Formats: sequence, structure tokens, C-alpha cells
Amino acid sequence: MDRRSFLATTAAGAAALSFPAVLRAQSKDPFRVGCPLPLTGPFAALAADMQRGAQLAEVELNARGGVMGRKVEVLFRDDQLKPAVGAQRTKELIENDKCQFIVGGLAAHVQMAINEQTKKSKVLYISTSQSDEISAKPDTSSITFHEALNPTITCRVLGKWAAENLGKKWWIIYADYAWGKQCNQVLQDTLKKSGGTLLGATPYPLGSAEFSTHLPKIQAAKPDVLMNVAPGADNIALHKQVISFGMKKDMKIAQPLLWISYLKEGGPELYQDVHGAVNWYWELQDSIPTAKKFVDASMKKFNLPPGDYGAYSYSGVLEVARGTELAKSTDAEAVASALRKSPTYDHFKGKQWWRACDNKSFQDLWIVKGRDKVKGDWGLMDIVTKVGANEEYDRTCSEKGFA
Amino acid sequence: MPELSTLLAQVFTGLVLGMVYVLLAIGLSLIFGLMTVLNFAHGALFMLGAYFGVFLLTYTKSFWIALIVAPLMVGALGLLMERFLIRRLYGRSPDDPLLLTFGLSLILVEGVKLIWGKIGLTLDPPRALAGTVNLGFMSFPAYRIFLIGVTVAVLIGLYFFLGRTNIGLIIRAGSRDPLMVRALGIDLGRVWLVVFGIGTALAGLAGILAGPMRGAYAEMGVTMVIESFVVIVVGGMGSLFGAVVAGLLIGQVVGLTTLFVPKAAEIMVFVVMAVVLLVRPSGLFGEAGLAE
Repeated sequence: MDRRSFLATTAAGAAALSFPAVLRAQSKDPFRVGCPLPLTGPFAALAADMQRGAQLAEVELNARGGVMGRKVEVLFRDDQLKPAVGAQRTKELIENDKCQFIVGGLAAHVQMAINEQTKKSKVLYISTSQSDEISAKPDTSSITFHEALNPTITCRVLGKWAAENLGKKWWIIYADYAWGKQCNQVLQDTLKKSGGTLLGATPYPLGSAEFSTHLPKIQAAKPDVLMNVAPGADNIALHKQVISFGMKKDMKIAQPLLWISYLKEGGPELYQDVHGAVNWYWELQDSIPTAKKFVDASMKKFNLPPGDYGAYSYSGVLEVARGTELAKSTDAEAVASALRKSPTYDHFKGKQWWRACDNKSFQDLWIVKGRDKVKGDWGLMDIVTKVGANEEYDRTCSEKGFA
Repeated sequence: MPELSTLLAQVFTGLVLGMVYVLLAIGLSLIFGLMTVLNFAHGALFMLGAYFGVFLLTYTKSFWIALIVAPLMVGALGLLMERFLIRRLYGRSPDDPLLLTFGLSLILVEGVKLIWGKIGLTLDPPRALAGTVNLGFMSFPAYRIFLIGVTVAVLIGLYFFLGRTNIGLIIRAGSRDPLMVRALGIDLGRVWLVVFGIGTALAGLAGILAGPMRGAYAEMGVTMVIESFVVIVVGGMGSLFGAVVAGLLIGQVVGLTTLFVPKAAEIMVFVVMAVVLLVRPSGLFGEAGLAE
């Protein structure tokens, strides 16, 4: 061995000793998680947040040595918010890129298409956006997990709170697709149970930018509460038009979810005094240790706090890793039963758990409202109250088709 | 049956929406009518109008300056597009400029995301127009009433420009019989450059005006292109008058269907389009053969 190669070898050896976990992690086949998201289109802002969340999980896992000594790689693909594209990208992630898990999906109809594909390929899927069907028969499976809240839980909780605190005469405008229709139904049921009156419920086509023709009859009906069940860019357009028609001073406005990405995009003035639910908000770091850890990691890497949906994908990637380590395998059924056997976890918001019958994650949620005087760039909401995790907010196992 | 005042409010809202549709479609109609170029980048240029508007608003703090300069910037980009790209395709099949402009629209949308990011921008109406006007039967956004004014001003301006000026005369002659106009020693290339510039500037104008109502985001042109196409197809490809009639018609169709059967509001627009095309294949006021 000459002097030069001796130096090179010792240098490499020294480097290996100083980063042992990282190097060991890189020496085997990677632990690959595929993440289909609508990176382009009207949900792009939320999808970008979800991409960052999954990247933070990847960094965190690799920093502690990967999963079972294997380096973690999260692969992102654009599903364009189209079910067929979502299914195709998922198939490619599994077959060409050899992903052992799929975590992601945003929008109920696209997750269903992703789920069909993962079931066919026998790959465990953690879905990270709202849907009622994804954790119910006949669509769900023993290897389909659902990390996000769903329309039933969200709209029961928000609906009950709004009926008790904002008023009992409602008008609902909802996007005419899975999530919107489910929310509309649950909101109507909840309002009825709370003794309220529905003055009207109008559907509009998802992706619409024009709401003006919906507004005169709502103005005339004079509801206490206008429920804005419009996702994405539609949500902003509806708020803008409601304000321009001078309706905000006559009624309270609430929506199932107050997405921080759209508060940012639409501007805080648009959302002042608008109430909604959230699965998570970064200011929870003041009271929840894991939230603080998550926010710190995000500030360090991206210089911005993570959003509500980024938290789902972060948690989803960490959960497939936890399941793999528990099962000591990446086999979908083995990981799934390991997660069901030790269902409790806390990655970013306090205790959550998987319900055994439907692989549904139960978790706390919060009622929030758009803040009058924003703090800094992202201090956009006030936390109004916490609603603790409770399986009763969802449909029961038997209502979801499990014996 | 709804009360009369609700019905009146609905018809009025539909009328204003119709004017918004006219504003969105007018640039597309102009370029197609005079140049038989179907500008698929119309939606992307519309979006650029809104983005340039936000950009200018940030630096000048004046909505009014932005309202004038943003369309000029989009129009300038339109001039470059015509001069260096579209001009090469004259005399070829109408599919060629369509494909070219479709490609350009993809480039523009992705380019905007690279520069401004994937998250949309905030564009608020100017303070003076942020409130509502009490019409007696309803309170209505001042901003939308202002839009009617702008649309009418644009229509009158175009009418005089095309109908009463020498350049207008040449433009109209050039669209009827380009060969003869050239034989008279007129440089038609320059004329079409002007038309394309005006058409794209109008797309930009519609964009900055739509931002405060709908928000500004990279894909905002997608919905708008569909709305505009319906309007110019129903009105008759290339007929400005047809675009106005069709815009108002579609506004009423959407308004009244939303009042009675909200679920059908979107589909009714296409039903109307299909019926019009069955009865009058070239649209309400279209010239037969223009689109062939």
C-alpha cells in the first residue's frame, strides 16, 4: 500500500467511524416510501406542505440510522389531482421504483384510486387526506391505514361546536364531489341533532372560481352561519366573493377545515373571524413537546413552520418506519398487524392510536379561527378550543361494515 | 317559487356575471375573428395579467397603475409571441398555431411557478371599490359594477377602433381578403402584430381584474379558458357581437340554474352550447366557414 492510498483509506475509515449510522444505512437496499401528491393544480399549496412533511420524516429517520439499518428514501410523484394518474404513478412507484410503502394522496377520489392500486400490489398504504370510505368497507383493506381526519369526525365536531356557539340557522355551500358531499351530509345531520335549522345547501362544481350566482339567495335567506365547504383555490374565491357582497357582517362564516396554506395564499384579512377545525397548528408547540420538535426541524430545513397536512405525511412516513421496525419486515400484512398490536404513537401532536377494526387513526383536533392581528408570517390563527380524540366521533366499526 | 326580489337579484347577478364572461372572452374572440388563430395561451396570459398586477401593486402600491401597466406588459409579451413564433405559422393548418399556443401556455404556467412559487398570490380590490352598493333589492359588490364599466368601455373602444379608424378598416379588410390588401401595398404582418398585441393585452386586463374576485394562482387560466371558449363558440367564432350576446346568455343560464337546480348549473352551460351548435353550427352570430 502506497502512502497516498493509505491516507485515503484511513480518511475514509475515520469518516465512516464518525458517521457510522449514516454509512451503515447506506450499505443496504434503501427503505423506499412512495408519495403520490397533487403537486400541480389547485391543491398544489397543500401538496407542497405534505412533500416537506415527508421529507422531514426522511431526514429524521436517516439521521438516526435509517430503518433496520437501511437508508430511507421518499419518492414524490405528481398525481395531478386525477384518480387515473394517481393509480398510474402509484403502480410505477411500486413496480419500477420498488417502493415498499405508499404514503400520501390528497383528495378523496384520488386516494381511492391509489388504494385500489396498493391493494392489488399488496403494499401497505397510509392515506393522508380526508375520506370516509377509505377506512370503511368495501374500499378499505387490512393493509389500508388512514392517518388523516375524515369528514365524519371533522364535520361532527365542527358542526356541533358551530351550532352551539355561532348560531343554529345555516346555509351550506359544498363542492360537488366526495369530500364535499360527505361533509354536507354530516353537517346537516349534526345540525338536526343540535336542534338547528337548515335554510339551504347548494352544491357547486369542484374547481369553480365563480360563486356570485349562489350569493343572492343566501343573502335573502339571512342564515346565522354560512358553511364554506369549498376546498383549495375555490375556498379563497368563495370567501372573496362573500366579502365583496357585504355578507360577512350579516353572518358568521365557518368551514370544516381551516387550512393554513390557504390562509396564507388568500391573505389573513379574508379569514378574519372565520372558524374551522384543524388537525394541527404549529403554535401547539407551546404545549406539546413532539409538536415543538417537528416545528424546530421544519424551521431548520425550510425556514417555515409545517402546516396541517404536512403533519399527516410526516407522521405517515414515521409510522411505516415504526411498523417495519416492530415487524422486522417490510411485508405489508406483517407491518399492518404490528401496528394494530401496538397502536399508540405520538409523532407531532400528542397521543394518537390506530383503531383495530378499520386501521383509522384517532387523534385530537382543535377549533380555530382566523386571527385579527397576525403574528409574524405564519401566526395566522387563534386556537379556540381543543376537542380530545374520541372514537365516538367516527362511525362505529359495525356502521363501517365490520362485523 | 322564490320571491320577486330574489329573482331580480339573481337576474342582475347573472347579468353582471355575463359581463365578466364577455371580458374574459373578448381577447380570444378578437384574435380568432381577425386572424383565425385560436390562441390557446389565452388562459396563461390571463393568469400573467393577474401576476404582473400583484407584482406592480407590490412596488407601486397603486391598483390603478397596475391596472394599466399589467395589460401592457402582457400585450408586449403577446407582440413578441406573434413576431417570433406565431408569424411563422401563417398559411399553415389552423392546428399549428393552436398547438404552438398550447405549448406556450404550459411553459408560461410552469415559468410562473418557478418564479413566484406554487402557492398563489393575494390580490385585493382597491379600497375605493371594496364595499357594496345598495341597489334596493340587494347589496351588490361595487367592484363588479366597476367591471361592467370597464367591459363596456373596452367594447366601445374596440367598436370605434375597428369600425371608425383607418387601421380598423385595414384590419377588417385584411381578415376578409389578405391577398387583395397585400396587393394594395399594405404590410399585413404589422397589422396582425397589432391585433395579437391588443388581444393578449385584453387577456391580461381580464386577469388583473379577475384576481380580486377569484384569487391569483398559476392554474387560474384553466377554468377561464373553458368559460371563454363556451362564450365564443356559442356566440359564433370570431364575432365580437356574438361574444357579448353569448356571454350575457351564459350568465343568465348559470344564474337561473343556480337558483332553481344548483346541481345542474355547470352542465346546463354545455347543454346550451350543444343546442346552439345543433341549430346553428357556426354559433349565434358566426360566419359559416371561418373555423374550417
